Amino acid sequence: MMKCLLSGAAFAAIAVTAPVAAQDVAIINATVAIGDGSEPINEATVIVRGGEVVAVGTELRPDPSVPTIDAGGRWVTPGIVSAVTDLGLYDVGAVGASNDKSAGDSRFNAALNVAPAINPSSQHIKVSRAGGITRALVTPSHGNSLFAGQGAVIDLGADANAVMEAKAFQMANLGERGARLSGGSRTAAYVELANALAEARAFARGDWEGEEALLTRADAQALVPVVNGSQQLYVEVERAADIRNVLDLKRRYARLDLVLVGASEGWLVASEIAAAGVPVIADALDDLPASFEQLGATQSNIGRMKAAGVKVAIGRMSGTTDGHPRSAAQFAGNLVALSKVPGASGLSWGQAFATISSIPAEIAGHAGKFGVLKPGAVGDVVIWDGDPLEVNSAPTQVFIAGVEQPLDNHQTELAKRYRDLDESDLPKAYDW
Amino acid sequence: MRAKALLMGLGSAFALSACNAAGAGESSVESASSSSKGERSAFLGENGREPFPSTYRAYPGSETLIIPTTVFDGAGGRIDNGWVHFRDGKVVAVGGPTSAPPEVANVIGGSDKFVTPGIIDIHSHLGDYPSPSVPAHGDGNEATAPTTPDVWTEHSVWPQDPGFSRAMANGGITSLQILPGSANLMGGRSVTLKNVPSRTVQGMKFPDAPYGFKMACGENPKRVYGGRGRKPSTRMGNFAVNRQTWLDAIAYAEEDDPKRDLGKETLVGVLDGDILVHNHCYRADEMALVMDMAKEMGYKVSAFHHAVEAYKIGDLLRENEVCSAIWADWYGFKMESYDGIPQNAAYLQREGACVVIHSDDENSIQRLNQEAAKAQAAGKRMGVEISDADVISWITLNAAKAMGIDDMTGSLEPGKMADVVLWNGDPLSVYSRPEKVWVDGALLYDAQDRKRRPVSDFELGQPGAGDVK
Repeated sequence: MMKCLLSGAAFAAIAVTAPVAAQDVAIINATVAIGDGSEPINEATVIVRGGEVVAVGTELRPDPSVPTIDAGGRWVTPGIVSAVTDLGLYDVGAVGASNDKSAGDSRFNAALNVAPAINPSSQHIKVSRAGGITRALVTPSHGNSLFAGQGAVIDLGADANAVMEAKAFQMANLGERGARLSGGSRTAAYVELANALAEARAFARGDWEGEEALLTRADAQALVPVVNGSQQLYVEVERAADIRNVLDLKRRYARLDLVLVGASEGWLVASEIAAAGVPVIADALDDLPASFEQLGATQSNIGRMKAAGVKVAIGRMSGTTDGHPRSAAQFAGNLVALSKVPGASGLSWGQAFATISSIPAEIAGHAGKFGVLKPGAVGDVVIWDGDPLEVNSAPTQVFIAGVEQPLDNHQTELAKRYRDLDESDLPKAYDW
Repeated sequence: MRAKALLMGLGSAFALSACNAAGAGESSVESASSSSKGERSAFLGENGREPFPSTYRAYPGSETLIIPTTVFDGAGGRIDNGWVHFRDGKVVAVGGPTSAPPEVANVIGGSDKFVTPGIIDIHSHLGDYPSPSVPAHGDGNEATAPTTPDVWTEHSVWPQDPGFSRAMANGGITSLQILPGSANLMGGRSVTLKNVPSRTVQGMKFPDAPYGFKMACGENPKRVYGGRGRKPSTRMGNFAVNRQTWLDAIAYAEEDDPKRDLGKETLVGVLDGDILVHNHCYRADEMALVMDMAKEMGYKVSAFHHAVEAYKIGDLLRENEVCSAIWADWYGFKMESYDGIPQNAAYLQREGACVVIHSDDENSIQRLNQEAAKAQAAGKRMGVEISDADVISWITLNAAKAMGIDDMTGSLEPGKMADVVLWNGDPLSVYSRPEKVWVDGALLYDAQDRKRRPVSDFELGQPGAGDVK
């Protein structure tokens, strides 16, 4: 957020859930996962006041004036942070008119900005909220260029202000997809990239010439914060060689603030990624050679990168309904499962939970603000009916910035209507 | 039963049976007119055998006793402190703490371990949409005509798809049905496979499994063909094309000595009850119409696949004895999936309808156990309690029933195939994985033996070949 302000990115928009609605609450007798990679703490208390976490620990005595929830030993965590999702950009994936994920027919690419397309009332946001997701890094999908456009950080609160940080990052692809969109080869993608960054530099200097340029004015302008390092550049790549090429960009463009996305073969170059200090938002559990850039894919990818010192979060999730963020906890749980498989590399429970909480928040530049239960963090708190990473668990209460959230949605209403099939008095249409 | 349905509808069951053998030798006429199980009225080659017959033979295995362990038998039974004994590729016995296990040299187990039957995925595209998913591998949809009952999926299956090995090692999959895609109203024959690496698809074919027949409702066929300015472009067009195609097949069945027609032969096989219909269909109203169409034409739907609105008509599905092969929680990716809810499976079970959890996905097939557990939990939160043992049947015996192989596999009962998974924990937990997988008593995956893991030809010499994956 601060980075955007300092960089002067033209339309950086920051919206915070109205603090007037925030409740003070103390949750006692809870199994608390801080979210920072540490292991859960039993019989702990979490105190939220004025929309912020003010204290977490086992020896706390909440002010008697603060309303108290006795968790009865149940789990309490920070809200889950979904990294790299298209949440809020579509209603029905295959209904084109409802789908703002990509804009292949647009004249623009890097300038595309998801913020105005995000619908805070989207059913997918509601369903995700009920699944304990409280923040998300929403990204556009690639349309006509290796640049997909600019993503946003959102909260999932039931209010009008979803976008916390617009233009939070630029999304690019320098793998197979970027190569196809650049004219058919990685050779073209790298020329496109070099040209785009050169034009952005020219734009920043004030000597960009529209008549000689290949980019539109809007796209050249949009890449200025990327080239000067004030806006993160998320780069989708899978193949080990492509990852090395991306890391190498730092030698020519020292100010690029890179994040790798995908990185199926990251484990093959894990030490290089760690040395470069570039974080990764990985496709968790991908283990098939789905393409020729993912031949080395293995579920142990995240565990091995973590062991090599890479900062890694869970990103896209294959084999779920449209990669729905609701599956994040299940995927993190699978990383724990791997720790019991001989030869595999998994994570501890605390480490796994961090891949869907504090680490994506840190990668997005919001360390300590969300994804953790620590003093000073926003009051995103979830109370669960079981182990949050276990497939049979679900949230019972969700707070975002201290505001307790509704958990109903289209699905919950259908589930109530069809709790039985009795139509002896009236059709189902009257059951609401 | 199928013949009876046809008789009621059309009054020509005998003519139909007799016609099935047109062009075949004397022996096949007999087999065609016989209704005994295992004999197909399918069309046989000059040698009197079905074309492309299975060449699968079980690999050698040791007589094994798994003890102690928690046993989910796949048929709704659970035994704590139990044991499972198999020999010569077959389950010999399953017992509990009060029954004496046999003396066997090879004993494995552990009190924290669980045993289930091999997991079965009723809806997979491994092999016909294999990895890598490059266009040259897109062999699942013969999307050149709205009805292609003449195509057989087995002619598209690439046995070297690395996805088979992942399904075994991470998902405990021992049997699976490979289906054509859903571009067409009638997509062709499916094939049921043993999840055994092989150089040929015949080497994977599940011996004596009936064929399936893929049909599709709704958006896909009308979009694909309507988009080309041809019929069907609407749901009513879908039904019109289907019904006329069935009527033509019935007329074919009544012909004396007709010219062989691959598509009609498959359709007649369906009408005769030898080929089981697997119907991709999302919406409740559409499934109800399909069940009536099936009655009109004299066939039965074995399972609706995807069926995200099945929970709205659990009563109808129970009465018609049609299974629903579904995801735990997929929804919202297309218009006809908009009303998907995670309680689908539990609400169907509440009505006494048959539930199968399927994948339709090369990744999700590795986690069918987790998907089943999610569906169970969603039901529980709405007050529908389903036992763990019944939930396991969603990915074992119920799938086998809908595929017509339940007399051979799908549960741990004496005499059945020793398709067995030993889990390192509760299979309904996210933290558990297969430790060992046997197919017909042969140990084909062992987490503790890095060489006891299939590596496809495609993966040899590639980064991470033989890796734990």
